[in-house]
Amino acid sequence: MGAGRTVLVTGVSRDLGRTLARTLATDPGIDRVVGVDVVPPRGDLGDVTFVRADIRNPVIAKVIAKEDVDTVVHMSVIATPGSAGARGTMKELNVIGTMQLLAACQKAEGLRTLVVKSSTTAYGASSRDPAMFTEDMEPRRPARTGYAKDVVEVEQYVRGFARRRPDVTTTLLRCANVIGPRVVSPLASYFRLPVIPTVLGFDPRLQFLHETDLNRVLRHAVREDVGGTFNVAGDGLLMLSQALRRSGRPNLAVPAMAFGGLGSVLKSVRRADLSPELVAFLTYGRGVDTTRMRSELGFEPHYTTASAFAEFAASLPPGSRRTDRVLGALAERLPAVDDDRPAQLTLAGGTDG
Amino acid sequence: MADAEIIPIGTRGQPGRGTGKRPSAAARGLAPKSGTPRKATPAKKPAEPASAKEAAPVEERPAAETPVIETPAPRDAPSDVPASPLVAPARTEERGTSPLAGIPVGDWLAAFQGASKELFGDQWEPQLARFLAFLRRRVTGDYTVDEYGFDAEVTERFFMAALRPVAQKWFRIEVRGVENIPTEGGALVVSNHSGTVPVDGLMTMVSIHDHTGRFLRPLGADLVFRLPVVGSVARKGGATLACSEDAERMLRGGELVGVWPEGFKGIGKPFSERYKLQRFGRGGFVSAALRTGVPIVPLSVVGAEEIYPLVGNIPSLARLLGVPYIPITPLFPLLGPLGLVPLPSKWLLEFGEPIRTDEYDDGAAEDPMLVFNVTDQVRETIQQTLYSLLMQRESVFR
Repeated sequence: MGAGRTVLVTGVSRDLGRTLARTLATDPGIDRVVGVDVVPPRGDLGDVTFVRADIRNPVIAKVIAKEDVDTVVHMSVIATPGSAGARGTMKELNVIGTMQLLAACQKAEGLRTLVVKSSTTAYGASSRDPAMFTEDMEPRRPARTGYAKDVVEVEQYVRGFARRRPDVTTTLLRCANVIGPRVVSPLASYFRLPVIPTVLGFDPRLQFLHETDLNRVLRHAVREDVGGTFNVAGDGLLMLSQALRRSGRPNLAVPAMAFGGLGSVLKSVRRADLSPELVAFLTYGRGVDTTRMRSELGFEPHYTTASAFAEFAASLPPGSRRTDRVLGALAERLPAVDDDRPAQLTLAGGTDG
Repeated sequence: MADAEIIPIGTRGQPGRGTGKRPSAAARGLAPKSGTPRKATPAKKPAEPASAKEAAPVEERPAAETPVIETPAPRDAPSDVPASPLVAPARTEERGTSPLAGIPVGDWLAAFQGASKELFGDQWEPQLARFLAFLRRRVTGDYTVDEYGFDAEVTERFFMAALRPVAQKWFRIEVRGVENIPTEGGALVVSNHSGTVPVDGLMTMVSIHDHTGRFLRPLGADLVFRLPVVGSVARKGGATLACSEDAERMLRGGELVGVWPEGFKGIGKPFSERYKLQRFGRGGFVSAALRTGVPIVPLSVVGAEEIYPLVGNIPSLARLLGVPYIPITPLFPLLGPLGLVPLPSKWLLEFGEPIRTDEYDDGAAEDPMLVFNVTDQVRETIQQTLYSLLMQRESVFR
């Protein structure tokens, strides 16, 4: 590879794409970075050349040819209609956009590397899920609607492209839910609600990827040239109840039947978007195995799931934490205990007698 | 229907409370002890005025009539009749403070220390501090779960502690052959399943933890994880879905995994078929053990069949609710919630000699005949042990 590379990044109007384009531009191994999106980015793009183009039409092929692009980073699969408008537009952007982009890539002779940011949503979430998904597992219940279906379809097109252009290194990164102080995503806005609804009787397992780790893994994929599909997530898991306790935010358990209705209310007041796949995720949770990320991709995230969430939680307004304060005040009056985890609780030991 | 009498609310309803005419017995007991407010207790109590003069003979009366309770009331009624019946008479005696303020702080501390000593023993201070530290960790979420959602701390300190008395006192579980459970590394405990409700799984978990210090990681049906509360508690307690991916992952991770291959056929079988093993699934547990090369430890549980003798089933309702069966036991719908108390049968758990699987060659798990043979071997072992345990048992409850 070496110097003289030209990277095209799609989806630069949003924060994660823009940050990636900017950091790629400062990389000494990369000559030029071209950012593509339908709407101009809100923030500063630095050295990135911005081309206003819609990936849903063949113009993108001309951009790739003219700029002599050898690496394409596709970040334009969006999880929420948000500013794009209705669900129909979102699907157009995600699926048709990817088709057009891949068609253009297939024609581009000089293309060497394709990196696609996908999501672990591709695995779905159901009661029949194995605890940890590895890359070759399929979702137990195929997604029928929304973002999850888009992701599955996008991945199919990417696999088709990889078959037709074996000379191009195609890297598909299935990233866990990205979280961080600046991230705007359905899950992040869920955690930013003043009172966080949970599904009564369910405690999902969550995995997070910090936004800087997402940036790093995408740059890593551009640099290292390792093809394949990889799960990307921070180490460890958090239960939802645990995450809520750590953030100290008030929460409210809602019966599963009412949860969907609550989602549409929240959507209509534009506070959060509890889409069906997010509701399934918040009911059953999901874990992905990241062995291959370490062994084959050679990537090591800086943040664990817990530390990524801790940094995100620090950006939230603090909760009351009354119980903790009371317990802390009580504990201060007692002698300090050194051992962090006592072997047996004597309260329970009393039952032996 | 036609001659139904319309009773205006609060006016004329006959028995019960709040008829509006006459305060109920409870209300009369609560009312301030004024004789006058309304024409309360007028007619039906001829005995009362008489007994007001001397309370003692009334107390001797054997009949537990309600008027007896309030006999002292009229006695001090004339002494302090408040103007309004709603305000309770203030009894200002020599102490002008609340009873809480009256007890010196020193007494409080002494009482607290005494109670703490009683509860936590002589070392109560560090014990209480540890307990508070535990509570704080729970409240602030400062604990870790493994990738299956297993919360070792809460399992050990809460679930196990709650189940232990049931195992030791109620079912008086006797465990044999503990030495057959490997002290480290992956192993697969295969057990018979019975008892209408999977109590045998919980009891096996407690018994294994108490005798070996290891956590048994049960594999549960997907119904378990579909149910609210049950599913999340199961994950916290170390369970995961019974699928080959999870089983192999856990066994490779060196966990002690428990399976009940009979599944719902086992726990939901009628009482008449007790201790007859059902089909052992499709032998998936054997393939998992073969692939990971871990030993299979057969476990026979005697006693669980009798806790809820299943004598009937409501298949139509079960289909409607999407569950495998709706049990009818001699006590269950009949006694209501009381029918949920399991019968105190005597339990015997016998762990058999481990069946090694690491001697087979690599492709063994792909050989269905071999898998069926090993499955049958495990099943036969458990069935024979069940028969011999039943022979040794004196009676169901002893």
